[in-house]
Formats: sequence, C-alpha cells, structure tokens
Amino acid sequence: MAGIPHDHYEPKTSSESWLYRRLPIVGLLYDTLMIPTPKNLNWMWIWGIVLTFCLLLQIGTGIVLAMHYTPHVDMAFASIEHIMRNVNAGHMIRYAHMNGASLFFFAVYLHIFRGLYYGSYKEPREVTWIIGILIFVLMMGTAFMGYVLPWGQMSFWGATVITGLFGAIPLVGEPIQTLLLGGPAVDNATLNRFFSLHYLLPFVIAALVAVHIWAFHTTGNNNPTGVEVRRDSKEVAEKDTVPFWPYYVLKDLFALAIILAIFFAVVGFMPNYLGHPDNYIEANPLATPAHIVPEWYFLPFYAILRAFTADVWVVIIADFVTGGIVDAKLFGVLAMFGAIVVMALAPWLDTSSVRSGRYRPMFKWWFWLLVVDFVVLMWCGAQPAEPPYSTIALIASTYWFAYFLVILPLLGVMEKPLPRPATIEADFDAHYSETGGTHTAVNPAE
Amino acid sequence: MIRKITLSAIAALGLAAVPALAAETGEGHIEDHAFSFEGPFGTYETFELQRGLQIYTEVCAGCHGLRYVPIRTLGDEGGPHLPEDQVRAYAAFYEVEDAETGEFRTAEPNDHFPMSALENAPDLSLMAKARAAFHGPYGTGISQFFRGIGGPEYIRAILTSYTGEEREQAGTIFYENTAFPGGWIAMPPPLIEEGVTYEDGTTASVEQQAEDVAAFLMWAAEPKLNARKETGFVAVLFLILLGVLLYLTNKRIWMPIKKKGIHPAE
Ligand code: HEC
Ligand code: HEM
Repeated sequence: MAGIPHDHYEPKTSSESWLYRRLPIVGLLYDTLMIPTPKNLNWMWIWGIVLTFCLLLQIGTGIVLAMHYTPHVDMAFASIEHIMRNVNAGHMIRYAHMNGASLFFFAVYLHIFRGLYYGSYKEPREVTWIIGILIFVLMMGTAFMGYVLPWGQMSFWGATVITGLFGAIPLVGEPIQTLLLGGPAVDNATLNRFFSLHYLLPFVIAALVAVHIWAFHTTGNNNPTGVEVRRDSKEVAEKDTVPFWPYYVLKDLFALAIILAIFFAVVGFMPNYLGHPDNYIEANPLATPAHIVPEWYFLPFYAILRAFTADVWVVIIADFVTGGIVDAKLFGVLAMFGAIVVMALAPWLDTSSVRSGRYRPMFKWWFWLLVVDFVVLMWCGAQPAEPPYSTIALIASTYWFAYFLVILPLLGVMEKPLPRPATIEADFDAHYSETGGTHTAVNPAE
Repeated sequence: MIRKITLSAIAALGLAAVPALAAETGEGHIEDHAFSFEGPFGTYETFELQRGLQIYTEVCAGCHGLRYVPIRTLGDEGGPHLPEDQVRAYAAFYEVEDAETGEFRTAEPNDHFPMSALENAPDLSLMAKARAAFHGPYGTGISQFFRGIGGPEYIRAILTSYTGEEREQAGTIFYENTAFPGGWIAMPPPLIEEGVTYEDGTTASVEQQAEDVAAFLMWAAEPKLNARKETGFVAVLFLILLGVLLYLTNKRIWMPIKKKGIHPAE
C-alpha cells in the first residue's frame, strides 16, 4: 500500500542538498514528523506518546540506577538502600523508575484495549499489531527481571515461582530453567544474568518501537471510525488529515503533562502504594512469604496461570489425551502464554468486515465485558488460590479465551453493523460543525 | 459480588490499579493513627523524631539494629537534626566492626548503626515500610489509598497491644499481642509507663513512646520523605501549569480546523 499522499521534504540550501544526497536523514525526520494523521483521533490515541515517554524515562532513570547498583546477592539490597539514602536525588530516581514501570503498563493496557475496540489490529495493520504484542511480551520480561534486582523477598520468591514454570515444559523445560537461572536455584548467577538482560531488553524494545512506528506510518493511523483516509490525491487526503506536527504533537504533549502530573503525585506522595511491603525485607531463601503476589500489572496473567487446576475438566481431558504430558502445571503455563497468543491472533480471528467497534452494536457489549473480565482477573490474581476466588478466576479466564476464539469469529457473521460515515471528513464535521450536522456517529459509550 | 467487582473496577481504572496485597486472614486488628508525616503535606516533626531516637537508643537498641542507617544522617535536616557535636557523641555510644581491620572500634558518624544484638530480633531499618497495617477491602487496595500502607501504625500497634498473657513453647516465651499476626510474639513488652524520661518534658506514657518510636522508625526507613514531597509538589504544580498552557495552545491551533469547511492549507 502506498502511503497517504503528502508533501515530501525538499532540500532548500546547498548544504542540505549535500547531506540529502549522502544521507537523507533530515528528510526522514521531516516526513515522520509531518505525516498526515486522521483529524478525528480521540483521546485514546495519546497512549503511544505516553509509552514512548515511559521507555525514555525507564532508560534514563535506569542508567543512573545502574551506576550505583551492585548485582550481587550479598550487596544488591544494601546498594538499593545506598541509592535511597546517599545518592543525590537517588530516592526520586528510584521511585520514578519503580512507578515508571507501573505507568508503562497502565498505558500499554489502555493502548491495547484501544486497539481492540477500534479494530486497529485489522487489515492492513496486522504487522503493527504483532510487533506491539512482541513489545508487550518484552516489557513483561524486562519488568519481571527488574523486579528481581532489588533482591527483596518478593523479588526472590517471584523469581523462584516464575522461573519454576519453565520446569513444567516437558524435555526442554528443565535445561531452559537451568540456563535461565545459571544453576539449580535462584542465586547470584541468576541475579547477574537478570541484571544484564534487564539492561539489554529496553534497547531491543526501543528498536521494535521504531519498527512499530514505521509499520503504522506505512499503513497510516487507524481512527475512531475505522474508515480509511482517502488517497486519491494530496488535496483529497488533506480533507481527512492534519499533519502530525503541530496538531497532534501539542495535543499529545498536553495529555502527557496531565498524566505526568498524576504520575509525580504518586511518586511524590505515595511511591510505595503500588508495591509490596515484603520487598523491603531482604531476600531469604529459607523463609517463604505467606502470599507470593506479583506486581499488579502481572496479576491478570497470573490469575490465568493459576486458574486451571487439576480438577478442571479441560485439564483432566488434556492430561488424559496427552498421556500425562500436559498436566495441570503445564496447562496453566500454556494458558498464560496462550492468553497472549490469542490476542496476537485477533486480526485473523475477527471476521467482521467493519473495523471500528463504534458501528458494531453486539461487539460493543462483548468488548466491555472483556474489559471488566480483565479487571476481575487482575483482582483474582491478588487473592489466594482457593474458593471462591479460584472459581471466579476460572470463569474469567474462560471468557478471555472465549472472546477471542469464539465470540470474535462468530460476531463477524452474525452481527448487522450500523451505517458508517463515508469519510473521516464527514465524521469530523458532524462532530464539530456549528450548524449541528448529523450526530449519529457519536457514541456515548466512549 | 457485583459490588466487589465494581469496587475493584474503580480501584483499577480510576486509581491506576490494585496493589498487590496480602490476604486479610489471620492478621491482627490495627487502628489508624494520624502521624504528622501523613498526607501530601505531612512532614516529620523534629522533636518527635528526637524523642523516638531516645526510645530507640534506650530500649530497642538492646536487641534490634538499624544496619542500613548511617549515624551521620541523624544530623540531616528533615530528620532528628541533631547538631554535629551531638551526632559525634552519639556515634561514640556504639562499637562497630571495622570493615578493613575486622576489629571492633568506637563508631564514627560515617558508620552505620550496628546490626541486631539479638539474633532473632529483626533489623528495624526498613520495618516501617516492610509491614502493612491496612488491607483491602476485598483486595482492592482502597483502604491503603486513603489511610496509607500503615507501617508506622503497625509498629505503634505492636508496642501497645500486649494483653499480659505469656506462654512457653520449645524453650521460648511468647507474649500475647493482638496486633501481631498469629497473636503471639517472641518480643517481651519493651515499653513501660515512664520507662524513659523525655528531655523536653513530654509525659512518657506507653502510647506516647510507641508513637514517637514509630515515627522515628518511619524516618529511619524513609529519611528523604520531606524532600520527596517537596519535589513531588513542585513537579505537580509545574506540570499543571504546563498543562494549562499546552491546553490553550492546543485549543488555539485546532480552532480553524474544527470550524467546518476551513482547511489547514487554506
Ligand atoms: C528484649 C529484646 C527486644 C527489645 C528490647 C525490643 N525488641 Fe522488638 N523484637 C524482639 C524480638 C525477639 C522480635 C521477633 C518477634 C517474633 O518474630 O516473634 C522482635 C520483633 C519486633 C518487631 C517486628 C514484628 C514483626 O512484625 O515481625 C518490631 C516492629 C519490633 N520488634 C519493634 C521494637 C521496638 C520499636 C522496640 C523498642 C521500643 C523493640 N522492638 C524492643 C526483641 C526485642
Ligand atoms: C522497558 C523499560 C524498563 C522497565 C519496564 C523496567 C522495570 C523495572 C522494575 C519493575 C524494577 C524494580 C523496581 C523496584 O521495585 O525497585 C527495575 C529495577 C531496576 N532497573 Fe529497570 N526497567 C526498565 C529499563 C531499565 C533500563 C534501561 C535500565 C538500565 C540502563 C534499568 C536499570 C534498573 C536497575 C539498576 C534496577 C534496580 C534498582 C531498583 O530496583 O530500583 N532499567 N526496573
């Protein structure tokens, strides 16, 4: 697909032409910044900037933390206290990094659900979507390993539980686990490789972010109507779009300022609210905490991991059919990873030809149920794995899979979509025209 | 059930999510207490920290340590703020192991407080952040949002919730304590009425001592609290101001676009 027609960079001075012939970097930056963007984007399109900011924040604060941190089991915990007490602004940098991870996940979840509602994953944006899921998986890996670094009780026991999952995979599981841990159990070797990888992965994420942006700059942004920008000519395209600079840069910066005001209120006034008190106790391999709970952003997937116990019939069947290879533990691990895989497959599971949920009357309900489901799973993940929580978690996990594997494919066939606006321009004018216009396209649920 | 879900939905979406929480089972009852350092504007009270330091030194230090706290920080502003000569004199109370020679010597301000003298008495440096007094309701974290995590409340409650009952188990004496998870703690009641004499004349009731030492231990765990809130406050104000300016700019540049029929290129 050719991009949206627009004015490209032309070198104006002789030195610009000189560079342009050798390295068209100014042109690349110019075209990226001036990219035509649908003019009807709503406030759910700001999370990309927030996410970019989070990545830079984590890298910036992380590099300073790494200068003062010691990845050794006898010194890691004390080195964090050194950062908190002796390093200039160390307490702010550490709290910003700690809560920065939370903001990162908060933003990524809203970003993902935005994509699910407006059908941003659909043709031709599948590659953007898949790269996004890859970024999300790497973020989870990075945050998990980062959480091990302060070497508190939850660091240690969280690492023990999660790396233990690999042991459930037949044949290759245990060698993988040993490789990951650098030995039979979570110890100094584990801490060292986690530190190394925790430093590395954010840069891999940064590279993937570049590809993610490249991909959606190739297809053009989706928008709340899901109707494509007209590409007949530059003039027509301009009726549907505005250049990213200055229109969306300023809008996004405004949103970012407000979100950061809230973020700094959390960092300044309640920096440990989202954390777990047990992580202020140094790791002790001999004392298991009463409840091992991951950080909030892992809870939905942790709930899915624990939901499929040995007495659930699908697990019993799987166990029987595979001759005991897929036992409850492996089933749980497969379900947890499967929950992300089904999300990645959404472009092919969703059979509806209509992109935006705004014009899909039945889809809307199932979508909001999925959002509620996600919150319920998050809540279940923090509860002990016993009734009634285990039952709720099982129902909620089942819905997660049902949404992607059953509801999305069926809805496309069964649902009768509402009329969509012919163009982005029409939608925009209906929304903003002073003469009133037809307001049919505005959905109160958003 | 529905209510639980809505509550967690509110907590998760509105307040940036549910914190990881321990279950409520088997934990003692702990009352909230209004410490001076709570809320966005709360700060430490120098005199209270000094009284707490006195309790810590005269009572708790016999068994407990503060291994992560450098003695010199007693002189810091926003802390007990002792004058330099007093910090030096205070350090001389302690013997520490020299990192280089491995021998014991008199402590200096740059040394840390010693480790726990009694093996099974935990280090108190981070105790005020390592315990939670408040949970839930229903694992939502709402009560922690409004009351704080409650480490200092927990310490205060432990010190004031002895019932006087004792029992012996495997050679150790346990004391009944309604705030301690499980109800029986191995620490003998450390505080007695008028057990210390405060230099500033404050009456040393058990409640007063417990409150003061809890405040001191909060400072020990979070010495930069005052500075952190100040930074937070400046950052929030600055960002709101910036937000307002960006809002106005944004509104202004979009104005011609939002008027029907007028196009940016025109
Ligand atoms: C006689 C020795 C002794 C003295 C004096 C003492 N403690 Fe303790 N403390 C202990 C022991 C032993 C434990 C471990 C109790 C247990 O785990 O059952 C303990 C545990 C604690 C705990 C942790 C409870 C928990 O949740 O694990 C706190 C808080 C505490 N002490 C505070 C204090 C304070 C404050 C003082 C001074 C006012 C003090 N202690 C004086 C021996 C002492
Ligand atoms: C994708 C971006 C990143 C995420 C999501 C992330 C997440 C985390 C998390 C959750 C912690 C534990 C915080 C705590 O509880 O104390 C942590 C710690 C740490 N991170 Fe990162 N991080 C990221 C990037 C980086 C980078 C780029 C570096 C280094 C250049 C870095 C260096 C560190 C160090 C040294 C620690 C230990 C200090 C501490 O625990 O506060 N991080 N990280």
